[in-house]
Amino acid sequence: MISHIRIFLAALFMAGVSTLVAAQMAPFSELRGPIPLDEEGPAEPMTPEQNTSLREVRNYPEQPPVIPHSTEGYEVSIRANRCLSCHARSRVRDSQAPMISITHFSDRDGQYLASISPRRYFCTQCHVPQHNVRIPVENDFVDIDTLLSRESPGGRR
Amino acid sequence: MTDTTAPRPPALWRRAWSFALDIWGILRRPSSVFSLGILVLSGFVAGIIFWGAFNTALEFSNTESFCTSCHEMRTNVFEELKTTVHYTNRSGVRAHCPDCHVPHNWTDKIARKLQASKEVWGWLFGTINTREKFLDHRLELAIHEWARMKANDSLECRNCHSAQSMDITRQSPRAVEAHQRFLFTGERTCIDCHKGVAHHLPDMRNVPGWQ
Repeated sequence: MISHIRIFLAALFMAGVSTLVAAQMAPFSELRGPIPLDEEGPAEPMTPEQNTSLREVRNYPEQPPVIPHSTEGYEVSIRANRCLSCHARSRVRDSQAPMISITHFSDRDGQYLASISPRRYFCTQCHVPQHNVRIPVENDFVDIDTLLSRESPGGRR
Repeated sequence: MTDTTAPRPPALWRRAWSFALDIWGILRRPSSVFSLGILVLSGFVAGIIFWGAFNTALEFSNTESFCTSCHEMRTNVFEELKTTVHYTNRSGVRAHCPDCHVPHNWTDKIARKLQASKEVWGWLFGTINTREKFLDHRLELAIHEWARMKANDSLECRNCHSAQSMDITRQSPRAVEAHQRFLFTGERTCIDCHKGVAHHLPDMRNVPGWQ
């Protein structure tokens, strides 16, 4: 009987300590900051779009190239596509912009169309302009060249 | 009034005509009461008042609140303008409707205002009084404005954006290249490339330079 009470008290004590420790440790998500869950924190200040016009390296071959220029106010809708007015096949002489890839002319049946396929029409579904922002989550991605040049592990054998 | 059996309308017409003749007789008779000085002076003062009133009315019709007093303008083009850099931007300098759509020169302005009587007609008969009707007419309306700006070398753009004051070292590389190749050489004018900078675009399929 006494041992039962002891065990119960010990459990109570441990529970209290662990709650205290939990309260001391950061009880909030690092992404949201110290804002309680039921409140909305202040919005992060907006950063300007990168506007170098210099093409960026792709992190992996299949990556859709990022947009190295500002696209503010560019309309891409059922009526007009501002991107295509520079990147379309017939427009690159005037704009000197890279032409959209020929892969974008293919529909889902592998049939090549005269111009961009409807499923590729909305450019910013894959291609996005870049902002200089504080990264909330660190990213340890390395590209294949870096990986292959490592001595070990997973490097060239 | 539409009764045609009675001979009254001709009589009324004849009376009005004789009244007009009387007025004309008074107008062409030299004044026997007022001196020439009084007449000239009063004509001058009346001229000032008339001109002032005319100009006030003209300027009133040249304000954004006048343009957006019709729901066609308020719910379509004005709402679209609000999302663009010509309405809200970092320095707070903004364009109002007539800055771009009405020439600032007096004669051109009067010509445009006369032209705009067609728009009053359209308003009266509800040519674009729903969103759907507006969208149906949008290409036609846009083509009118593009043609006007093309014809006057984008004068309304250049009232604010002067090529002489344009510091291309502060522009993005793309803008520098395009302006050097096309703007400074006079090969193209602003509206050739900068379409849809203040409103949504119409269906651009057959517009040169667009897909």
